[in-house]
Amino acid sequence: MADYKYTPADFKSDQEVRWCPGCGDHAILNAVQRALPEIADATDTPHNKFTFVSGIGCSSRFIYYMKTFGFHSVHGRANAIATGVKTANPDLSVWVATGDGDSLAIGGNHFIHAIRRNVDLNLILFNNEIYGLTKGQYSPTSKLGKVTKTSPYGTVEKPFNPGELVIGAKGSFFARSIDMEVMLTKDCLVEAAKHKGMSVVEVLQNCVIFNDKTHALFAGDKATRAQHTITLRHGEKMLFGANKEKGLVFENMKLKVVTIGEDGYTLDHVLTHDAHEQDTTLHAMLAAMKYPEYPVAVGVIRNVDDPCVYDQAVARQVEEVKASSKIKCMDDLLHSGATWEVE
Amino acid sequence: MEQNKVQALQDVVIRFSGDSGDGMQLTGTLFSDTAALMGNSISTFPDYPAEIRAPQGTVAGVSGFQVHFGDHRELNPGDYCDVLVAMNPAALKANRKWLKEGATVILDGDSITEDNLRKAGFVSDDPIAELEITEYNVVVPNITTMTREALKETGLENRAVVKCKNMFALGICFWLFDRTEEHAFAYLDAKFSKKNPVVAEANKLAIKAGYNYAANTHQFANHYRVESANLEKGTYRTISGNVATAWGLMAAAEKAGLPLFCGSYPITPATVILEELAKHKELGVKTVQAEDEIAGICTAIGGAFAGNFAVTSTSGPGLSLKSEALGLAVMIELPLVVVDVQRGGPSTGLPTKTEQSDLVQALYGRNGDCPLIVVAASSPSDCFHYAFEAGRLAMEHMTPVVLLTDGFIANGSEPWRIPSMSDYPTIVPPIVNEAPEGGFMPYVRNEKLARGWAFPGKTGLEHRVGGLEKDAVKGSISHDPANHQKMTRLRAEKVARVADYIPAQEVYGDTEGELLVVGWGGTRGHLQNAVDQLRAEGKSVSLCHFNYINPLPKGVEEIFSKFKKILVCELNEGQFAGYLRQQFQQFHYEQYGKSEGQPFTIVELKEKFQSLID
Repeated sequence: MADYKYTPADFKSDQEVRWCPGCGDHAILNAVQRALPEIADATDTPHNKFTFVSGIGCSSRFIYYMKTFGFHSVHGRANAIATGVKTANPDLSVWVATGDGDSLAIGGNHFIHAIRRNVDLNLILFNNEIYGLTKGQYSPTSKLGKVTKTSPYGTVEKPFNPGELVIGAKGSFFARSIDMEVMLTKDCLVEAAKHKGMSVVEVLQNCVIFNDKTHALFAGDKATRAQHTITLRHGEKMLFGANKEKGLVFENMKLKVVTIGEDGYTLDHVLTHDAHEQDTTLHAMLAAMKYPEYPVAVGVIRNVDDPCVYDQAVARQVEEVKASSKIKCMDDLLHSGATWEVE
Repeated sequence: MEQNKVQALQDVVIRFSGDSGDGMQLTGTLFSDTAALMGNSISTFPDYPAEIRAPQGTVAGVSGFQVHFGDHRELNPGDYCDVLVAMNPAALKANRKWLKEGATVILDGDSITEDNLRKAGFVSDDPIAELEITEYNVVVPNITTMTREALKETGLENRAVVKCKNMFALGICFWLFDRTEEHAFAYLDAKFSKKNPVVAEANKLAIKAGYNYAANTHQFANHYRVESANLEKGTYRTISGNVATAWGLMAAAEKAGLPLFCGSYPITPATVILEELAKHKELGVKTVQAEDEIAGICTAIGGAFAGNFAVTSTSGPGLSLKSEALGLAVMIELPLVVVDVQRGGPSTGLPTKTEQSDLVQALYGRNGDCPLIVVAASSPSDCFHYAFEAGRLAMEHMTPVVLLTDGFIANGSEPWRIPSMSDYPTIVPPIVNEAPEGGFMPYVRNEKLARGWAFPGKTGLEHRVGGLEKDAVKGSISHDPANHQKMTRLRAEKVARVADYIPAQEVYGDTEGELLVVGWGGTRGHLQNAVDQLRAEGKSVSLCHFNYINPLPKGVEEIFSKFKKILVCELNEGQFAGYLRQQFQQFHYEQYGKSEGQPFTIVELKEKFQSLID
């Protein structure tokens, strides 16, 4: 454990933060700036190694507010650019700030392939279920039937659940948080940074202007969150409710919400969360839980070891071939193979 | 044996041709490598269908490989062939138009079947008569039967045996042109002897059998000798344009002291560049085979941001997909080389055929006023030089560079006198290692107008870049009208100023006269040959061939002003001519364009030149 003694202020740039007042992005920025000193120590990463890459959208303005290396790219391409940054220099701590439009629509291909390759990136997915910067069109996470400027009669397309997508793409780390839960977000980010390989942290974020209260039914205030979300922690029982009186059990190949002490269910019946389980079945089910049938799962849902980390594997191959090859420079290469002399 | 007299030739063009599964590319390569190793100059041209195994026996499925070899520097693979090896009637039909008057034609007699004749579209049973080549030196050995006979002891099954018939044809050509078998044998041993020694032996037997057949039969009128070319002293190797491009990029990385990073997506005819770079991890090359063309360039841009010399390789359709990201690279002012191996367009077009029709896309195919450097290579081996140049200009001027090659020079190969890396200059990018007093300002520029390149990981240099317009000094977002005007002009001036750092334009031949032929990129060999031939006849023709397209080198107006006529020749409908009209409006430009997916022929060029002189 290093001891850099950084404070959140060390990661604040001099740029004026220009998100709308009340936007959930402020809370995410706050959580990241609080997380980085802890991450620097936990992963022995000095300040100059932190690099943030973003695409386009409200979320992607994020990098201007961080006093780190930053790259605000073009729409949808943050994951591809970040893959290049990390592969070119695996020593960097590379972060992607992106949104539901940026990573799940225009950049969907790069998102799933970065996950499949298991590039050691940390991705923060700001999910507000709307296009904010273009002023209110539906996104690939908008609920079916959502009325927006481009769906005046309601959408007729089903949304993605980012967690399912991550797990389906062979993701090794997925966590979910809620913008207002700054400490939970911070904890998820620290775990994401410690994880070797691609980490996706979805933050359910409120767009106060174009999609206000989209998550409010289960996440609006503390009491609602206690009732309708479940915070998963590795090794702990899956309990929720104001007094942790409710739990999740596995019955008939499904998750089921039960109340402890009712219908014969005791604490022993309640599942214990194992984020490190390689099998994706339960993680996918947890990520897919929807209000109102289920509590929405937050916390680190999946965090498994995957020894094949792309950027490290690329670097390793280079080192191995370098060590075994007779060709050490261009002159060697130019004269290798079939050559002949003209006198 | 009177028929087998030895005739000395200065140069010969052979075309190997058959079904796309007949191994014609390998046959041609083995022949040209052998010729090169024996001291001839060579120039090759593979011409194959887009399908991996196009319908057998049809004209559409014919794959060809042309070799031009001789005793002097061959600048092009030749228009018309002295010898055609045709493995079936379709190959004969497809190549009839490329035969020189009285050429030698070797046609596999076993292939002349009812079925093959119909598939190839012959109406009679006599393809020779039908194509009106009875007066030519046509030899119809039963290649398949003789190969089978020669290989009967090997124990190989019929299918494997028949696959060796291309080697029988190669053996015939070895005898015809007095070439030895050693190189081909060594190649076959290296390729097969570990995995499948029987196959190596069988192929060698087939070569020997073909050679002996040709030596013993009296059907070949002549046995030729082509003397070694009088090449400049040095160590040589053969190299194709795509490999030379990959190596040139690697050389630029070495000379800059930076790792080479290539993000790319496979696309014909550029894929070999990615394949070649993927091989050379020993020199620190990192390759990412991206999920699409856009990710190809974007990973490269990320690599450039992180401090590698980053490149991406593609062809026309891929360049279209990369447009937005290329604009980003212009905006953030990072070094990047985009190699576009041009093919027939638009859209999917003619993937395996050559064209020069991406020029306008390279120059202008982005939103906004978005200038960048465009460079074009003009032969297989000089792809090395211009790839190096692209890297030098990108890194020293902090801008993306598009390097244009084309399917013809990318797949073609020629002997190359191996340069020494000590002949190449050190590349010095404006890398910033520590923050100056007052802090690092990412858009402060040097005398080239290049900004500082500060890699993530360096203390005190934390900064942000992005696609939004930025303040001319600090790099922070700026929507100020005057600042945008200033930045737009700075980006243009930075590219224009590159003219101070490239060689002045040269003219080949006399510096004044009747006709100035103007070309660019991969047509150099054909244009120069045609100009040479007319000059030998005493005609007043010179050639002004361009490798630096944007900015144009200095001295162009001076050259153009000394000729009565200017003829711009290019494999498109006039893109460079249009560009020149915009740059130098005072001149009148004649155009000669061709969009057939094929290189120019010397014959057609000479005719055109002639018509403008007379």
